[in-house]
Amino acid sequence: MACNCAKGADKEKYEQLDAFIASLPSTQGELIRVLHTAQGIFGYLPKEVQIYVAKKLDVPVSKVYGVVSFYSFFTMKPKGEYDISVCMGTACYVRGAENVLNEIKNQLGIDIGDTTADGKFSLRTLRCVGACGLAPVVMIGDKVYGRVTPDMVSGILAECK
Amino acid sequence: MSNMINLTIDGIETQVPAGSTILQAAEQVGVHIPTLCYLDLHEIGIENKPASCRVCVVEVVGRRNLAPACATPVAEGMVVRTNTPKVIDSRKMVVELMLSDHPKDCLTCPKSGQCELQTLAESLGVRKIRVTGDSMSTYALDESSPSIIRDRDKCIMCRRCETMCNQVQTVGALTAVDRGFGAVVSTAFDLPINETVCTMCGQCIQVCPVGALTEKSNLDEVIEALGDPDKTVIVNTAPAVRAALGEEFGIEPGYSVTGEMAAALRRVGFDYVFDTDFAADLTIMEEAQELVDRLNKFLKGEPVAMPMITSCCPAWINFLETQFPDMQELPSSAKSPMEMFGAMAKSYFAQKKGIDPEDLVVVSVMPCTAKKFEAKRDEMNSNGTSRNDIDISITTRELAQLIKQMNIDLLELEEEDFDDPLGESTGAGVIFGKTGGVMEAALRTGYEWITGQELGDVEFEDVRSTEYGMKVAHVQIGDVTLNVAVASGLGNARAIMEEIKAGNPNQLHFIEIMACPGGCVNGGGQPYHFGDLSIIQDRQAALLEEDENKTIRKSHENPSIKKIYEEFLGKPGSHVAHEYLHTPAHVYREKI
Repeated sequence: MACNCAKGADKEKYEQLDAFIASLPSTQGELIRVLHTAQGIFGYLPKEVQIYVAKKLDVPVSKVYGVVSFYSFFTMKPKGEYDISVCMGTACYVRGAENVLNEIKNQLGIDIGDTTADGKFSLRTLRCVGACGLAPVVMIGDKVYGRVTPDMVSGILAECK
Repeated sequence: MSNMINLTIDGIETQVPAGSTILQAAEQVGVHIPTLCYLDLHEIGIENKPASCRVCVVEVVGRRNLAPACATPVAEGMVVRTNTPKVIDSRKMVVELMLSDHPKDCLTCPKSGQCELQTLAESLGVRKIRVTGDSMSTYALDESSPSIIRDRDKCIMCRRCETMCNQVQTVGALTAVDRGFGAVVSTAFDLPINETVCTMCGQCIQVCPVGALTEKSNLDEVIEALGDPDKTVIVNTAPAVRAALGEEFGIEPGYSVTGEMAAALRRVGFDYVFDTDFAADLTIMEEAQELVDRLNKFLKGEPVAMPMITSCCPAWINFLETQFPDMQELPSSAKSPMEMFGAMAKSYFAQKKGIDPEDLVVVSVMPCTAKKFEAKRDEMNSNGTSRNDIDISITTRELAQLIKQMNIDLLELEEEDFDDPLGESTGAGVIFGKTGGVMEAALRTGYEWITGQELGDVEFEDVRSTEYGMKVAHVQIGDVTLNVAVASGLGNARAIMEEIKAGNPNQLHFIEIMACPGGCVNGGGQPYHFGDLSIIQDRQAALLEEDENKTIRKSHENPSIKKIYEEFLGKPGSHVAHEYLHTPAHVYREKI
């Protein structure tokens, strides 16, 4: 008896999730797969979605939250319109990625994993995008910026309209 | 024998069954390897073995690195050394690493003196901490619950509480969250524990090796009341308390200190020292009457909620409300003995003594952390006074603290009796503190009421259980075969509820449920057992012995009970009895 209280505007998304869960031969041991799909549908895993998944799979909500908070792939915050990833792999790191990251944090006033209040930017770090020759690398969506210095940050952000 | 393995531990040759761990083999030859995260609840078939603390590491000859004894199976010809310099240094380092991110307020920690980390640091001779980090965990103290305090700064991630909460109790309030340095045991969305499905049973407190999970102490309120000259302060002590209090003063488990406890309570300053056992007898009167009524209706084919389930355990009621909200018509409407005591104290007793109930402070000593919550429930005020029927509920551990604080030597005191009129009890009231006890007490009375005949042998061996599981029995009462079940531990409660949901295949009529494995003797407020459940059986035996030694062993034969019905309540199940001794329908509290 999964409740409908969380539905409303996201009705179609919940129906899509229901269909996926219904397609599984058994929900036993499928929590991570269901969460993966749910994040694909909703873009992130807010409280309501986690509670919904817990009820559907008949597991404690605490267990769902334990899994979501453990894996860095899962996020409880919606991504911004422009999702910024700063590479912190070895090559980027030694060539000053941290300074670039700090500059972005300062300019946007957010921390890693957060999204700006207007929903425009979100900020993440990742490990090696395989473009070490361009280090340090910043990605916004699919667009790659190479040899980024802190001075370049305001120009790059201004490109995002 | 082919399934036996030969190995040598610290030079001692031994043989153990294949599949044993080094830790088990070492115990067998009397070598004590220290552990911390490991918890062996073999009586209920559950182990916590994350092998994460690395305190139990040992050297195995031929193995490159040290092995955790708790999780390493023995192998033929294995040579184990448990106390080489390498082992000792490694254990010390592991403890120092834990201490590097652990508050150093041991002197004022509620677990001081009973902390396994403290004991370990002491026995390993840790005198300085070689590791320091940039930061320490700084979580806010969670004091949201009336029963349990969470201090996540002290959590060492042994995950024993998580095993208790999820595997044994199947409650699912606690979970490990986050990763790396941020990893800690918490709740869903790090909510205050009072907003979760926590039943406040306190089994997590029983196994937490450190001060991360402790009870909320209400001792200061007791001391304040005792010092107020305008207040009459009375106390009642639950059956399980007497069977464990002595342990806090160094005596072996299994010895009741009933008389010494009554004496100590008088010296502490209580104006009247009463017994919850009296109220347990009262509970039986009401509950047995309800059972007879419901059973009669059921046998006549009239619509009635069946099976009837006991309602004395507040953690069980919390579990029911959060996990099985659509089955709330099943428990008896009778209040718990503690609440019946409070209701009678502020009415019958206050009137008899000419005390204004507003000036009466009723203190309960319970083996239980969930009782603190029950005492605060809105519906637990039958006297229309400004405060609930029970003012303050403290645990067995808090009582021990109070006695020590008042510099009273419990074991040196001459035994004393409880006061009248709320102090006289029967053997039936005493056994309320163990699994199967409420059932047996109810049957002793129910049998005589249904058959109209005197019960010869009052001991219902079939429902007696010293196990931690579930027991189904069929009791012949006159023409009726009563199908009953006894369950302790919320995991077993869940199993029974699922069985009823599935159509009640055993056709059960009456079920006793206690939230803590083994019953109240293993309550969350009892002296810590840290996983040694043999102590629980000793406490159960102490209660059975006290029952055996009572002259009166049936609740309805208690002279004080007869009197309270004559003078005040009328008959069991009467309108007056309902007003004071029964609860209105439970309210569903949605929790996550």
